[in-house]
Amino acid sequence: MNLGLLTQLTQAFGPSGYEDKVRALIQEHVAPWADELRTDPLGNLIAYHRGNGKGQKIVLAAHMDEIGVMVSHVDKEGYLRFTRIGGVYPLHCIGSRVRFADGTHGVIYLEHREDTSPSPKLTQLYIDVGATNKDDVPVSVGAPAVFVRPLVQQGERLISKALDDRIGCYILIELLQQVQDSPHDLYFLFSTQEEVGLRGARTAAFSINPDMAIAVDVTITGDTPKALPMAVTLGDGPAIKVQDSGMIAHPKVRQLLVDAARKAKVPYQLEVLRGGTTDAAAMQLTRAGIPSGALSIPCRYIHSPSEMVDSEDVANAIKLLAAALA
Amino acid sequence: MKHERLVDILQSLSNVMSTSGDESEMRRALRPLLAGQVDELRVDSLGNLITLKKGTGESQLRVLVTAHIDEVGMMVVDHTPDGALKVQAVGGIDDRLLPGLNVCVGKEQLPGVIGIKAIHHSSSRERLKAIPLKELSVDIGAENRKEAQRLAPVGTRVTFSTQAHPLGELIAGKAFDDRAGCTALVALLHEEPFPFDLYGVFTVQEEVGLRGARVAGYAVAPAVAFVLEGTIADDLPKKEDVGPTSQIGQGPVLTVMDRSYISAPWLLRYTVQLAEKLGIPYQFKQPGIGGTDAGAIHLTRGGVPSLTLAVPCRYIHGPISLLKPADLEATITLTSAALRHLTAEQLANN
Repeated sequence: MNLGLLTQLTQAFGPSGYEDKVRALIQEHVAPWADELRTDPLGNLIAYHRGNGKGQKIVLAAHMDEIGVMVSHVDKEGYLRFTRIGGVYPLHCIGSRVRFADGTHGVIYLEHREDTSPSPKLTQLYIDVGATNKDDVPVSVGAPAVFVRPLVQQGERLISKALDDRIGCYILIELLQQVQDSPHDLYFLFSTQEEVGLRGARTAAFSINPDMAIAVDVTITGDTPKALPMAVTLGDGPAIKVQDSGMIAHPKVRQLLVDAARKAKVPYQLEVLRGGTTDAAAMQLTRAGIPSGALSIPCRYIHSPSEMVDSEDVANAIKLLAAALA
Repeated sequence: MKHERLVDILQSLSNVMSTSGDESEMRRALRPLLAGQVDELRVDSLGNLITLKKGTGESQLRVLVTAHIDEVGMMVVDHTPDGALKVQAVGGIDDRLLPGLNVCVGKEQLPGVIGIKAIHHSSSRERLKAIPLKELSVDIGAENRKEAQRLAPVGTRVTFSTQAHPLGELIAGKAFDDRAGCTALVALLHEEPFPFDLYGVFTVQEEVGLRGARVAGYAVAPAVAFVLEGTIADDLPKKEDVGPTSQIGQGPVLTVMDRSYISAPWLLRYTVQLAEKLGIPYQFKQPGIGGTDAGAIHLTRGGVPSLTLAVPCRYIHGPISLLKPADLEATITLTSAALRHLTAEQLANN
């Protein structure tokens, strides 16, 4: 595990629509291994590996963007109101810190509530950047921010903000180095704006027009106290997508991944996710339809500032994909 | 374009009846306004009016500017035995605004009234709550069901019958969302040619799901798109310091992020810098609210960097909206400047 790289990836600033810093970082790491590199109109980074002319045209997608917040109003006292970028839950926000592109930090807290509903509304929260009045606030309406939380390794577990889906980006970066002999034309798609509606992958898939697409993203687990029933466990291997709420994986893609797991002798799980989806859902419906699937990294506490994955699952995902593309 | 001419076009377009899916009257109204100003003009299969204004040839870019020609309204879905029309909403209409309104029914523009029980008969409790649209009906003076069916068959469109007029420094009229944008686009097409081919597209069915823009974006396949809109100005005093979506008199409203898309950061930055340099006022739309045709266009083909510039309008989606002509003029000035300074290098570097 290259912890240095994963630290850089998870700590980089990249809310949906503002992925340029993550892109620059990934670009640096994939440039030596890619035959071509390009950035498209929506900011997707596409690293191309040329095959031997006998293989298929395959997209591997991981999204660069992370959830965050955006300033919607600055009040007279210098407190900021905000809206969500992607799936941000009010309960996760309280007491969290956020960081703006210019380095400004803010604390999210909750105004005094008269109502006693268990979860506050986002409109009842505010960001405090330590300003004393409106003119003292260094950021303005429209400024995006991300949650602050460092990467920690504890045993095999990795904990950080934005493992959704920087862990996917990490896997693709490592994978590119291992598939230099692949016969296939491989398009490593580091996509934008997944968290706000699978937007980048949709247009990138249109441009690339592949024979097959595989998303590498995180999925929830059912192994925490009173969790929603879900037959995925942290550490039991990467999860091969059967279906989620946006897509039914193409049976051949699913089988390809299952066969690859057996070939590579790595443990795997099958995933049926009831709420949520990945870039594969958008890619599948591009043009005349693209057979698509996904390989998921089991992840606890998705969309909270402290997401948790297992490093063995990550290593096994890389082995599995390398076997699938050999 | 001169101030008087601009206001004249805005008012005449505001008066046109053009609910989503039935935009023929707007296309008819636009043709004479565009005659001699564009090099090509065609109507596509969904009803989008697609015009091409050829460039000077300096730049090979292909740029799209859109404004939507549909408006919110109602549609006849049934008739009562006593000759009234039952209607459903087309696009987002606020039921609270409807009782007692004058409306216009169908192509013949029959006058109609949205009926309501006399105040004498309604209880004090009834008077405090909004009546849902399904409990309201449109009275066109028909004697019975048969006559109502003949005058306004199922599918007939119903619109607000407001006629535009000045109101102090402001202009009042219906459907400024998006006749403000349409007026701005007409004015841009009246300007001298741009460095590149400019596709001016008047889109249909925005209010029911950004539908026209999706296919127009595909057909034009532009490098960059600008969407011209009339947006929510809620600048009246509020109880709490929560901020307006936009404010009248503060210039064009630039979208950073709404529910439908995120503006390409470089395009937004470039437009803001231009506004600052040229001394054109601008404001940001409160993020996270609403959606525009940019939501559909930016996802077409391989992706299109897009930006929405809107004229702030009070009371949109209602029978009367208000705007300040200076905001409309500044929107045109800023859009024109953004177009004229746009280069292929900017795209390549971002």
